[in-house]
Amino acid sequence: MSDATQSGPVLAADGTPLKRSLARSLRVQKMRAMALIAPLLIFVLVSFIIPIGSMLFRSVENGMVSQTLPLTVVALQDWDVESGEAPDEPVYQAFVADMVVAIENKEHTKLGTRLNYEQTGMSSLFRKSGRKIKRLDPAEDAPFKEKLIDIDKKWGEAETWAVIKTHSVKITNGYFLNAVDMRRTPEGAQVQPEDKRILIKLFQRTLIMSLIITCSCILLAYPVAWLLANLPARTANMLMILVLLPFWTSLLVRTSAWKVMLQQQGVINETLVWLGLVADDSRLALINNATGTIIAMTHILLPFMILPMYSVMRTIQPTYLRAAKSMGATNWTAFWRVYFPLSVPGIGAGSILVFILAIGYYITPEIVGGTKGVFISNRIAYHISSSLNWGLAAALGTILLGVVLLLYWCYDKIVGIDNVKLG
Amino acid sequence: MKTKLTALAVTTALVAPAAIAEEMTIVSWGGAYSKSQLRAYHEPYSEKTGVTIINDDSSAEAVAKLRAMDEAGNVTWDVVDVVAADAIRLCDEGLAMEIDPDTQLAAAPDGTSASEDFGDLLVSECFIPQIVYSTTFGYRTDLVGDTAPTEICAVFDTATYPGKRSLEKRPINNMEWALLCDGVAKEDVYDVLATPEGQDQALAKLDTIKDDVIWWSAGADTPQLLADGEVIMGSTYNGRLFSVIEEQKQPVAMLWDAQVFDLDGWIIPAGLSDERKARALDYIMFATDTQRLADQAKYISYGPARASSAPLVGKHADLGIDMAPHMPTDPENAKNTFLYNYEFWADYRDDIDAKFQAWLAK
Repeated sequence: MSDATQSGPVLAADGTPLKRSLARSLRVQKMRAMALIAPLLIFVLVSFIIPIGSMLFRSVENGMVSQTLPLTVVALQDWDVESGEAPDEPVYQAFVADMVVAIENKEHTKLGTRLNYEQTGMSSLFRKSGRKIKRLDPAEDAPFKEKLIDIDKKWGEAETWAVIKTHSVKITNGYFLNAVDMRRTPEGAQVQPEDKRILIKLFQRTLIMSLIITCSCILLAYPVAWLLANLPARTANMLMILVLLPFWTSLLVRTSAWKVMLQQQGVINETLVWLGLVADDSRLALINNATGTIIAMTHILLPFMILPMYSVMRTIQPTYLRAAKSMGATNWTAFWRVYFPLSVPGIGAGSILVFILAIGYYITPEIVGGTKGVFISNRIAYHISSSLNWGLAAALGTILLGVVLLLYWCYDKIVGIDNVKLG
Repeated sequence: MKTKLTALAVTTALVAPAAIAEEMTIVSWGGAYSKSQLRAYHEPYSEKTGVTIINDDSSAEAVAKLRAMDEAGNVTWDVVDVVAADAIRLCDEGLAMEIDPDTQLAAAPDGTSASEDFGDLLVSECFIPQIVYSTTFGYRTDLVGDTAPTEICAVFDTATYPGKRSLEKRPINNMEWALLCDGVAKEDVYDVLATPEGQDQALAKLDTIKDDVIWWSAGADTPQLLADGEVIMGSTYNGRLFSVIEEQKQPVAMLWDAQVFDLDGWIIPAGLSDERKARALDYIMFATDTQRLADQAKYISYGPARASSAPLVGKHADLGIDMAPHMPTDPENAKNTFLYNYEFWADYRDDIDAKFQAWLAK
């Protein structure tokens, strides 16, 4: 009791103030916890966050023009795009000096490829001109304006220089504009011509079809999960194997199997014709269109819906239903007012899982989607591996990531992320 | 224990470089094509030099992967098999090494220099062509009716040949065929296609059969669709059709009219160590000599890229049939041909592809 009357701080056994002693031991504990998760943290950082970050950075990075043609970019600052006239001799002089260095380093063809994304013909213009400019000497052969126009008359057109000037900024919004069917021009952002607008349509289609796939997964998975949760454990485990077995099969195999099933000479159509439900000459088009993508992806993503639903339904006590019925509820009321609300967290978890997986799906739409059932991810893959326009691919990927985060935020606001239960 | 481990580590460190030196990674397309290279080039080369060859079937993404490897500063491939258009892009980006045909490749047996022997097919300084293949049409003999198609415009003639066709899901080749069948003369095709009106004209022609087309993106699709009876005719690489017709004995025949020639060959990635570079060059010199190129034609129906190899093309190694009539370059087949226009498509690919995809999605 004498402590209570003491006026100084409370001391620990070793004489340090208790507060400081506590803080120290907490700090040690925190450090220990950090040390335990550090390997994972470093792993995620090195193998996931940094590569994704650097890939996303490509969507705005645009150093190529100013790095390859540093003098030209400076010289072009005095030139007025609006004039519609080709720039004067100093620009040409700077350009030849830049090009001689670029050709030495084999950079000019890369630049041509970069500018060709914006203006058709730039690729061959740079490649062709490169061979001839190599022979010019920037110190002695001036003036160059006539010489360059002789090499290719495009060097005499204001349009060519406008493209170089427009895309000489180091950080560009050009790729993002391209990703939403617009383009960067000297007059500011403009809408792409109608016959080139495709990406917004693909974004919309991806969202709508992912929504349809999620809904059909809910409809199919709900009764299955209910059955699994309410059967005796032995039977339920057997059925669970049936759910998991396709899940363990390669994605490619399952998708290809759908191809065999759904095509016009395929199993389903043959059966329908044999049963007389469909005439032989008007077989159903079930594949190479949106229908095919929806069917195949619903099947492939179904386990991701069943499993969270099942784990939530398992925890719902059957006595609740019995209690409701004993109070006079019909089967439907008991289900709708008692069971269903309790199973919503499972639906929520399954939906968010399936929707986010569906939105980024690539291989299934590519194989069964034809032209009407492909997603935006197929376009991203095209720009990564075929057209090599990585900047545009990065911009598309960034937008897709943004859409997912936005939806997640909406979901959190409306349903509440705390209501999601995976078990 | 510790000394033992150290000793082991030291031995591994000493042995490892030597072991690596005896291995090289060759990248190609997989399937029957890689198998033909294995038998014609890799096996004899390994036998001769003792080098172990590791196959990688990544050629479809070769340009993207080489660009990524170059940025990461770790090129793990030694020799890569790519189509000419990709080779030109790799060369442009400085990702492939320049190869001088006359000093770094074998001359023909009669002494003709390699550059003369390959001739116009040396389309890039970094590229050593290996085969000439073509994209052409196959049709189901039992489904096209009494008169079999003989010319390309049958593809657009849905009245005479009702049924589905398969075309590649990209503008290249399809736009040329469309213009050709819309009455544009062969020599004007690319001039017309360079204008927006010409592009619209080609798309309008394709529009007439749009509902009857199944679009493919993998070379194996059309043979499968033909075998299943899903389509009555479809475009693909001639070697795939050969395999469907001669090896699988399906009721399919070739339509060689307006076939588009393309080249496939080797490049060596830039940035290899001197030792690996020397071995890659040694391999290429071996694999592109006259006899070796003719050997490949024993296993697959692609024409050798050297003029001096053509007379040496013999019979199929397993089927025993004469290979010459199955080559796209055979005079009987090559009556009306296109050579893939690298220059044009390098410039117009981005632009026309955007229009084509927008048209497809309509």
